[in-house]
Amino acid sequence: MQFGIFSVGDVTPDPTSGRTPSENERIKAMVAIALKAEEVGLDVFAMGEHHNPPFVPSSPTTMLGYIAARTEKLILSTATTLITTNDPVKIAEDYAMLQHLADGRVDLMMGRGNTGPVYPWFGQDIRQGINLAKENYALLRRLWREDVVNWEGKFRTPLQGFTATPRPLDGVPPFVWHGSIRSPEIAEQAAYYGDGFFHNNIFWPAEHTRRMVQLYRRRYAFHGHGRPEDAIVGLGGQVFMRKNSQDAVREFRPYFDNAPVYGHGPSLEEFTEQTPLTVGSPQEVIERTLSFREMVGDYQRQLFLMDHAGLPLKTVLEQLDLLGEEVVPVLRKEFAIGRPADVPDAPTHQSLRAGQEVSAA
Amino acid sequence: MRLVAVSAGLSTPSSTRLLADRLAEAARGDLAAQGHEVQVDVIELRELAVAVANNLVTGFPAPQLAAAIDAVTGAHGLIAVTPVFTASYSGLFKSFFDLIDPDALTGKPVLVAATGGTARHSLVLEHALRPLFAYLRAAVVPTAVYAASEDWGSGGDEYTEGLPARIRRAATELAALVAARPADETPDDDVAALERQLSDLRFD
Repeated sequence: MQFGIFSVGDVTPDPTSGRTPSENERIKAMVAIALKAEEVGLDVFAMGEHHNPPFVPSSPTTMLGYIAARTEKLILSTATTLITTNDPVKIAEDYAMLQHLADGRVDLMMGRGNTGPVYPWFGQDIRQGINLAKENYALLRRLWREDVVNWEGKFRTPLQGFTATPRPLDGVPPFVWHGSIRSPEIAEQAAYYGDGFFHNNIFWPAEHTRRMVQLYRRRYAFHGHGRPEDAIVGLGGQVFMRKNSQDAVREFRPYFDNAPVYGHGPSLEEFTEQTPLTVGSPQEVIERTLSFREMVGDYQRQLFLMDHAGLPLKTVLEQLDLLGEEVVPVLRKEFAIGRPADVPDAPTHQSLRAGQEVSAA
Repeated sequence: MRLVAVSAGLSTPSSTRLLADRLAEAARGDLAAQGHEVQVDVIELRELAVAVANNLVTGFPAPQLAAAIDAVTGAHGLIAVTPVFTASYSGLFKSFFDLIDPDALTGKPVLVAATGGTARHSLVLEHALRPLFAYLRAAVVPTAVYAASEDWGSGGDEYTEGLPARIRRAATELAALVAARPADETPDDDVAALERQLSDLRFD
């Protein structure tokens, strides 16, 4: 099982100091967070793509390429890549390029973005959101898998005898996850292609996540990719930890109460009870995270959102130390217990390349 | 079968709640006379006010509110009663129905009613409540019941029936719609319902 973190890349004022980091500080902080993830033994760093303030990461492959050069083992991913508004030709090329530079340590998570206005910024129409996700992704797959593509669709100019360059590393396209919170169509898309399905599992009750993952698993089997338990599932989660549970609650409360995504609604206590947000000791985080398996079955990837609500970089790095040293080692051990041997791991470049060699032989 | 009355009254005792109770009891009596066993639940939105506001902020209902929403969407008939605030339904009443899936009330028999200090606001039922439930594709009964303060202490006159008669007429209309509606099929589990919804989706 893979463990990692995902960063939205928001610039949020620290409510305890009133200070807002500059874009430059936030961008550098995201890099520091990614490097820390590798240092403390996490497997994955995934970053968002946004094209509006207060978010900074508009250019994920620039940042991931830089991180790739400074890491050895970390898998670099996205959360999410906008399959609706990016030209699939550019996605195919950017991420194949990144694959080469990172020696295959790359996968992607497809998503549709967080805001309606992003569509016209890239010449698209939000009313076609799902249709764009369908057509663009179908083309992206072909661009990675076929050396020469002739294509005609509804949303971009036709392609004639087109070759996306560079070709994917070793002829193996990056593994793709599809991220969705609410849209069953996206779970269906993941199931149709036999791709991974990621539910961010934050801000919403666990019951909702359970239902979407169960839908994906059933449809994965329906489309002939294997048993429901063979489907590739990733979950998010968000935590704030201190050795002592009360310290965690006391320190996080002003961040919770003021954050644009949490604040001014339910209390911290209500929110942690009703959603997967966990604020407490490392042991509480371990117990909560292990309970996700009861909700969705044995799964493949767990990503935590750690740099949220305006927490300063120093605090986030301390959180990552706790996550890497005290939480994830226990989770690796506990999740392995009782996990059937035939439940697959998350695909990696190596495993996909090996699979391709087997099927070619 | 189950009738659910939603009352957006805020005071205790509340004339909005009183009207909801009267309507529910009249509809229950009608259905009972036809041999139906009827359970009546009354939902006081006042008790859910904070949960409703929180849901607007977070996008999901807390457990108590989720139970109320399930009761409304699962009822065989719905009685919706609001006080008139500033020439319309109350904000709490509207916010509660804003949280219900737009398809969840399709075809459901609904009786709308309102209370107010003066009879001059009675058309609120026709220009605010009826369009709201029309949008939700509910089957709103023809008689909507408005109770002004004066209605509680007076009978009818040469132009109109008194409140008790209007309550009886509206309840009879609701009971007839509820009784005529086919019994619910055993619902699929929620994932199966999603699966069915996806069966037409094509990616090639």
